[in-house]
Amino acid sequence: MTLWWIGDIVLLVVVVPAVLYLLNGVLSASKSIVPSVRKIADVTAAGSRDLDAVPLLLTTQDQVRQTVAGVANYGGSLDVIIDDA
Amino acid sequence: MPAAGVVLIVTVVLIVLALVYYLVSTIVQLRAITNGLDDVIANVGEILAKTEPVEPVVADINANLDAAVSALEGLLVKKAGMDDAMGLVVGLYPGAAAAGLRDFPQSREISPPRIGEVYTKGTLTLARLGREAPIAVANPAGPVLRNVEYGSLNARLLYPEARQGRPERLERSPVIGTDSPEQYEQRDDIGKPRKRMRSA
Repeated sequence: MTLWWIGDIVLLVVVVPAVLYLLNGVLSASKSIVPSVRKIADVTAAGSRDLDAVPLLLTTQDQVRQTVAGVANYGGSLDVIIDDA
Repeated sequence: MPAAGVVLIVTVVLIVLALVYYLVSTIVQLRAITNGLDDVIANVGEILAKTEPVEPVVADINANLDAAVSALEGLLVKKAGMDDAMGLVVGLYPGAAAAGLRDFPQSREISPPRIGEVYTKGTLTLARLGREAPIAVANPAGPVLRNVEYGSLNARLLYPEARQGRPERLERSPVIGTDSPEQYEQRDDIGKPRKRMRSA
């Protein structure tokens, strides 16, 4: 009977606080992760929205080609009409 | 049942209840984390999809711009010479001579000439192309001219206005020659040294 009481005391004084401490630590850690994940999701959503203008690069590419072609034509004409140094 | 057994059962029940509470709470939080990570993965996937064509497009733009830079640098050096080219670069972008021209590493070692000389020679070249500027009477192959009184006006007349406001009021090109309808009196002072004020 004495051993039973000793086991109960050990259970109440050692095991229960240890279990509560460990479980509380796991719950606190998991709760702290949620806001961070939510912030990361918001940031990635904003980054994705920022990239909505990427298709405009195709327009830029086309305009650069046209501009460079015009510059090449203009430079070719200048090469003909202006004497070399 | 002895009292010690009752205490043991109550304690175990309390531990089980605590386990249930904390583990269920943890599961709820992990579910929230999973949902958040799903959103992150979806957004990252969108970012990857949107940025996928960027590299070839930017590479093509850079290739075109590189070709243009090489062509323009080569044309500038070919037509103006290395010294005057660097002078022109410095005139447009002060301090840029230190970086030099990309395709001409030796351009970094050149001491650029003064801006006014290069600009005047360029003006003469444009004038020779038929822009009817008064300065065109000079010979581009000759020494550099310095018209301190009208140099700025003559230079500005060579270039069209940004909004093209002048063509409505711009006079037509005069008919020149011995049989032109209007004969202009020839000035005697052209080509001669300017008059100087006598010092007292």
